[in-house]
Amino acid sequence: MRARVAAAAALLGACGADAPAPERTDLNPADAVSGYTFLTPETQALQDDDFANPGFLWVDQGRALFASTDGVSASCASCHEAPGLAAAAPTHPKIDAASGDLVNLEGRINLCRARYQDAEPLPYESEALLSLTAYVASLSRGAPMSVVVDGAAQASYAMGRDYFFTRRGQLNLACSQCHDDNWGRKLRGDTISQGHGNGFPAYRLEWQGLGSLHRRFQDCDAGVRAAPLDAGSDTYVALELYLAARSEGLAMETPAVRR
Amino acid sequence: MTTVATPRIDRRALLKTGAGALFISSIPIPASAAPEDMQAAVKETFGDGPIQEGRVALSIPPISENGFSVPIEIEVDSPMTEADHVRRIAVFSPRNPVSTLINFELGPRAGRAHVSTRIRLAGTQAVLVVAEMSDGSLWSGAAETVVTLAACVVL
Amino acid sequence: MSAIRLSVPATARAGEVIELKALIQHEMESGFRRGSRGEIIPRDIITDFECRYNGETVFRASLFPGVAANPFLTFHTVATESGVLEFRWTDQDGETWSETADITVT
Repeated sequence: MRARVAAAAALLGACGADAPAPERTDLNPADAVSGYTFLTPETQALQDDDFANPGFLWVDQGRALFASTDGVSASCASCHEAPGLAAAAPTHPKIDAASGDLVNLEGRINLCRARYQDAEPLPYESEALLSLTAYVASLSRGAPMSVVVDGAAQASYAMGRDYFFTRRGQLNLACSQCHDDNWGRKLRGDTISQGHGNGFPAYRLEWQGLGSLHRRFQDCDAGVRAAPLDAGSDTYVALELYLAARSEGLAMETPAVRR
Repeated sequence: MTTVATPRIDRRALLKTGAGALFISSIPIPASAAPEDMQAAVKETFGDGPIQEGRVALSIPPISENGFSVPIEIEVDSPMTEADHVRRIAVFSPRNPVSTLINFELGPRAGRAHVSTRIRLAGTQAVLVVAEMSDGSLWSGAAETVVTLAACVVL
Repeated sequence: MSAIRLSVPATARAGEVIELKALIQHEMESGFRRGSRGEIIPRDIITDFECRYNGETVFRASLFPGVAANPFLTFHTVATESGVLEFRWTDQDGETWSETADITVT
């Protein structure tokens, strides 16, 4: 990791209303590093401890839900075997062949509920959906992120990329201005990460619980004083696809621990 | 994590003793080291008896990146026998709205007076740990941590 | 439902000091936070933890709002005989959660 010094003032000084649009240069895949890199040793140790990492409380709940027939006509486990499911998380968001829609892992779980389990969709950010998503994603720990961005996914990818490079909010900042241009630098007490989603759903110390990547997007949008979008919205799923492509090759860490 | 003691004494010298080393000192904590609320909480828990510094080693990170979850590890120097053991260990904060954070009760069945947990800290402060021995004597240790704020919360 | 995770060695030698770990899913709502409309979010915390070894209490803890969400505790006990370790959490309203683990002492 490059050692760089505080530059929050330089970052914020360049965000007036008539500031120029940011350069649309994608992160060099060779430079991609997980948010884990920017944590203190104590927080890294918490993620690395498979007993103490509190994210596993949700993984445990998800494992139980996966095998449960409560409220569903068939359990997830009646179709899926855990080893085969390890390919799911690193390849989402992906196009659902039947509908042609881009869906992330949460969306895929809800599609399964509608099509095969005769069940209502679980609300985004509900404990049940977070737990199931965390469990399924945890099966892929260590597997490299790898999504398809061409063909039917191309339009969504372009929309997500556009969101990433567009200034927004009262601070008039694009995602890229922190996470491409200034990662590794200090913003007050924090070190700015590259903004990868490879550990989500993640246990954030600030949340004191497990949360989705879309909840993290909402926090980022609120951070630049922009109106957050709905979790699960098409734009956030498209942004998730762009970020996943940007994280190509990074190992999955769910359930990661983050600040 | 690093073992440190009260900031009133030379912390650099203490750090040289190495992580995990037990720190034993006879230097008392000045009465002014902690706000009155915390002193009141200590008295409420352990009474008015004198508190000696020493026999209590605690580890907390020198920098906590979020005050919502700070790891703390405590080891009290005691043989943990029927005749001579630790009865109670309590953790106090001079800055939190409720001064007492957690209170452990143990005895000879513990075998070792070593506990850990994760606490909330409302800002940079020196956490105080007091241990009560089976003979009624009170011992203490303290360690400071700098709590940083998440940038995106305070911007 | 609250998930519980325990770490207890499956076997130990008689007289051995063993480390026990316990983690429970609980928000530990402090009573000092405010909601989006400025209202105080009521306190909702676990206040007591107890570990019993074949029915005998070997460790207790009283928890206050300064304990982090999803309380994590580690402590020790002397392995005396084969049997059951019971871990029990109680909240401010008296609701309890418990889990057990077996240990074989040789």
